[in-house]
Amino acid sequence: MIKVEGLTKRYARTVAVDNISFEVEKGQIVGFLGPNGAGKTTTMRVLTCFLPPTAGKASVAGFDVTEQPLEVKKRIGYLPETPPLYPEMEVSEYLRFAGSLKGIPSADLGGKLNEVIERCAIGDVRNKLIAKLSKGYRQRVGLAQAIMHNPDVLILDEPTSGLDPKQIIEIRELLRSLAGEHTIILSTHILSEVEHSCERVIIINRGKLVAIDSVANLTNRLRGAESVAVVVEAPGGKPNPTDVQQRLEQVPGVSRVVMKDSREGRLGFEIESLQGRHIRADVARSVVNAGWSLNELRPVGLSLEDIFLQLTGAEGGQAESGNGGEKPE
Amino acid sequence: MKNILLICRKELRSYFASPIAYAVMSIFGLIFGWVFFNASRDFMRFGFQAQVMGQQTPMDVNDQVIRPLLGFASTITLFLVPMITMRLFAEEKRTGTIELLLTSPVKDVEIILGKWAGALLLYLCVLAMSMLNVALLFAWGKPDLKPVLVAYLGLALQGGCLLAVGTLISTMTRNQIIAGISTFFVCLLLWLLSWFTAYDSGAMALVLNYLSIVTHFENFAKGVVSMKDVVFYVSMIFFALFLTSRSLESLRWRA
Repeated sequence: MIKVEGLTKRYARTVAVDNISFEVEKGQIVGFLGPNGAGKTTTMRVLTCFLPPTAGKASVAGFDVTEQPLEVKKRIGYLPETPPLYPEMEVSEYLRFAGSLKGIPSADLGGKLNEVIERCAIGDVRNKLIAKLSKGYRQRVGLAQAIMHNPDVLILDEPTSGLDPKQIIEIRELLRSLAGEHTIILSTHILSEVEHSCERVIIINRGKLVAIDSVANLTNRLRGAESVAVVVEAPGGKPNPTDVQQRLEQVPGVSRVVMKDSREGRLGFEIESLQGRHIRADVARSVVNAGWSLNELRPVGLSLEDIFLQLTGAEGGQAESGNGGEKPE
Repeated sequence: MKNILLICRKELRSYFASPIAYAVMSIFGLIFGWVFFNASRDFMRFGFQAQVMGQQTPMDVNDQVIRPLLGFASTITLFLVPMITMRLFAEEKRTGTIELLLTSPVKDVEIILGKWAGALLLYLCVLAMSMLNVALLFAWGKPDLKPVLVAYLGLALQGGCLLAVGTLISTMTRNQIIAGISTFFVCLLLWLLSWFTAYDSGAMALVLNYLSIVTHFENFAKGVVSMKDVVFYVSMIFFALFLTSRSLESLRWRA
């Protein structure tokens, strides 16, 4: 549905997007992840034909963004970072304007309007001036504008920024309900956002593509070794922390044991396994056989946060050493 | 065409939803009304004096009241046009709504024409206010209608021209005030160009004089539609709107 090949966007002095290529299949929700200033918004602006690319190609539903921008624009719904709202208009009036701008025939306008108002839950503000709306409502009106003409592709730039937790959940549910029929790209710098609503992640940093994969694959790929948190009960200072640590280190497959905390008679450890070894059962057996009570045993999955830091950190280091004397931005 | 109308209607609505339309109309109405009052009072006084002295000077409402009045209106335009055009693109750039327009399946030309047409309609509404005054002259006198209509055509063309220049300048900044002030100075310059022939009659001065907005209004004020002037105004409008579309395009490359 969306195809980007070797996309580069250069501004006067900076390279905002550097040779990015990816594809998005129909009906997928893809998260576009990166720290601030990574090039997310620029890439989205190229896809929506707002900015022309400096080099490379991008196409949406088979139409090239530079050669047939009108065809691309017909198939895209776009919510920029700040919702493009006219404060002097009423909500329904604004949506009518946006709808006709996107080519909805005036006969269908009323029906579409009601549908989208219900979908985005903005019924109680439909006759209010946009200038008087709260941030959350503005965001939702912006989203309503984007989905009104039922576009094949939805491009949302930080759709949940500035919303309260309840509103974020509502937007997430709305996005999920839209997923089947629409292809969605949403950008964010909040990682939990991607874990919750996206099937695939595209991570970019400083304009370069760092990773593109499904959330589960990314976690697995980077995990390799298993990591387990263990809490052993030790009322009255027994057993001795060093004894426990030694015993845990002797379990086959364990590469490293780190004492995390010891308070109120509980000893917490974090154990890492050797590459590709499962150690949970052996750890449990070892503790129980020693006559201690095992209070807690849980796998510590690498969170997307860790992955992100690993990827962008490593990438940043490489880029710097590779460029030699060039000054990092 | 449908898109042009859509954008034009939206612009008009924004003008009337904000104080701009009312401010422009009331400023113009006040100034024009005051000048109209003075002009017609002087005309009447002059008429009485002529009668008392027993002179048979020819009196002509068209020549002595309407023509100077509408000439004056063409000068006030210089001040009104920046107020009308300053927000057209600058405001959309500042609030980010330009992203909605430029990512919708609408051509740049349609956006520009729609906005310019909206501004022109507001300008015509302003001109219509002066018609109320002129209508009074028709109620109590017998002026010739044709030259009045021609003068209004001239005012509309001149306004369209300055509005196109203002639209162009509004695409260049995201600050309304800067857009307004620069438009005012460019309008002023286009007006002052006619003064060059007062000091010099060389080829350069003639060219500059030709480029002046007011030189071309003089014929309309006399009630004469000359092809030369119509062509000048229409081509100026096209040229300024063409530059606007270039400017909008460059916005995409720079943004």
